[in-house]
Amino acid sequence: MSVEAIDEIPAEKYQTLGLTREDFLWLLRKMCEMRKFEERVERLFFEGQLIGPCHLYLGQEAVAAGVIKALDDEDFIISTYRGHGHAIARGVPFEALMAELFGRKTGTCKGLGGSMHSAMSLEHNILLASAIVGGGIPIAVGVGLALQYRKSSRIVAVFFGDGAVNTGAFHEALNLAAVWKLPVLFVCENNFYAFSVPHKKSFAGESIAARASSYGIKAYLVDGNDVIAVYTSGKDAVAHIRSGCGPAFIECRTYRKKGHGVYDKAEYRPQNEVQEWMKKDPIERFANNLMQLGIITKEEFETLNMEIEKALDVCVEKAKAAPCLDFSELWKLVYAEEEAHYG
Amino acid sequence: MVREISYAEALNEALREEMEQDDRVIVFGEDVGVFGGVYKVTKGLLEKFGPERVRDTPISEAAIVGAAIGAALAGLRPVAEIMYMDFITIAMDQLVTHAAKIRFMSGGQVCLPMVIRTQYSLGRVHGCQHSQFLASWFLNVPGLKVVLPGTPKDAKGLLKSAIRGNDPVLFVESGVLYSWKGPVPEDEYLITIGQADIKRKGSDLTIVAFSRTVREALAAADRLSAEGIDAEVVDLMTLNPLDVKTLVGSVKKTNRLLVADDSTKTGGISAEIISRIVEEAFDYLDAPPVRVNSPDLPVPFAQPLENQYLVNADKICEAARRMVH
Ligand SMILES: Cc1ncc(C[n+]2csc(CCOP(=O)(O)OP(=O)(O)O)c2C)c(N)n1
Repeated sequence: MSVEAIDEIPAEKYQTLGLTREDFLWLLRKMCEMRKFEERVERLFFEGQLIGPCHLYLGQEAVAAGVIKALDDEDFIISTYRGHGHAIARGVPFEALMAELFGRKTGTCKGLGGSMHSAMSLEHNILLASAIVGGGIPIAVGVGLALQYRKSSRIVAVFFGDGAVNTGAFHEALNLAAVWKLPVLFVCENNFYAFSVPHKKSFAGESIAARASSYGIKAYLVDGNDVIAVYTSGKDAVAHIRSGCGPAFIECRTYRKKGHGVYDKAEYRPQNEVQEWMKKDPIERFANNLMQLGIITKEEFETLNMEIEKALDVCVEKAKAAPCLDFSELWKLVYAEEEAHYG
Repeated sequence: MVREISYAEALNEALREEMEQDDRVIVFGEDVGVFGGVYKVTKGLLEKFGPERVRDTPISEAAIVGAAIGAALAGLRPVAEIMYMDFITIAMDQLVTHAAKIRFMSGGQVCLPMVIRTQYSLGRVHGCQHSQFLASWFLNVPGLKVVLPGTPKDAKGLLKSAIRGNDPVLFVESGVLYSWKGPVPEDEYLITIGQADIKRKGSDLTIVAFSRTVREALAAADRLSAEGIDAEVVDLMTLNPLDVKTLVGSVKKTNRLLVADDSTKTGGISAEIISRIVEEAFDYLDAPPVRVNSPDLPVPFAQPLENQYLVNADKICEAARRMVH
């Protein structure tokens, strides 16, 4: 199998994709929501209002927006510790997400998950957000197995980073999904760093997509900072999967704007490399294209961002005011069958 | 009606019955399909239920446990097999850090109705990488249920309950017991997970056992009774969560505690059980609690050495006599 490469898609071509004005605006809004949410979260950390591990999605917005747009709402998602973006694209309310970051009982996981598991929302068909690198990949394969068994037309998409592709779980999972032809969309967000370690120091192949294709999986190598390129490959991959041909794999090449976690200044990255990537900001690029096409004006774009800021003000206040679960309630959440606790 | 069937046949019946009555139950693992399982526990299932429900997997322990988690998250009731308990080490992350945690960390949004069946081959001359009894590791993992049947009847009833339950269960079978025949009712029955079972009533001392050691403990109790020592045998059946209540009740009655534990001594299951009794029934003890464990050694291959290594009725009797006299 070969790897299909999808580069930046120029604005002139947007009209040929069958997307409506609403679709374009949805993509833009979602990316702005992710950006503003993460900027706010970062600030809350610096102010000492939030604590705990937290990994921002800043710079990778096009991946979540593009892939999730290509899925149906009924399709399942397996997310990671860098999952706020996936949750927002899926429509998990700011309030629940923020409350989870504050550890409140109004959070997505009642405050028991924290940032790293906050994307988990059964209501939004996000079945898991795992904090273990690579850990969600075999689990997605199991979800695919259940869907295939049920002859469901739903599929499951699993997100993971470039670091995850060096775990054993990745290889076992890809192989199993390919052999069983399961409806799984593997989405690698290759931001070129696993914490401080650059991709090239942990990976000798040409592309991650090529690695997937060697398992007999249809694979795409995509400009992950172009939401339309991500969406296009996602659409293609989803069609392949739904036709019963087995899994597909998308390597989205992107870059995080900030460090690995909130407190990481990312000084290990060369400045010229950072500069180059900052020029390719996914939101600026997309907004400019939409303005060029007359789909949105500069003023409308600014209003959109202001609205989001206001919504965030409200949700932060609500989260802060909400209570935590009572310690005595924890016992009930370990097993589905409560009597399992003997003390 | 009760007939005599083997532990392996009892397990096979449990799988078959549960698959018949619930199409969400699927089975997968290494060599469980065409071959019917290395120990024949899944024999005939492929023929009866077809390749959609009974699947041979590649040798991919992490993927097997991961796939069970995913399938459970998506509404199935998978029963996955890890051929030897030793291979659990490769799937540890999936089992401990995923299966056991997902319900809790999601604030109770989901449950994971899944069973991981495995077996330990201690006593079968399999050498040290195929004989490990690692159940004590999982005492430290809230969120996972650990079930170890010690008789054919319990094997069937507990496996059926494990499949019907809504929590992840590590179901540990004993390889040496597979061919052990015992009475198993023909009519449907379930055995509650989380409750210990008093296998033999007695008044002089409590022998706590589970899985393979149940048979040894019962044999020891028979011999002891001929010597005038009346032992009560408590089969734990579920290790996590631990049925402390039944244990304490028994010790309060007999005033002596002996634990027959296949774990290696240091950090073994017996350590936990004794601690609980010391905490909760210290005043009732007439003698220091005693444990009969595997020694802190890897399991030797040579049969005479393995025989010396094993917890057996002789060692249990000897320890019991010292306690009572
Ligand atoms: C199995 C495991 N090993 C190590 C870690 C610590 N850790 C968390 S994230 C991370 C880097 C992962 O990088 P990558 O997969 O590229 O994803 P990214 O963070 O770039 O999204 C490491 C080493 C972990 N969570 N899990």
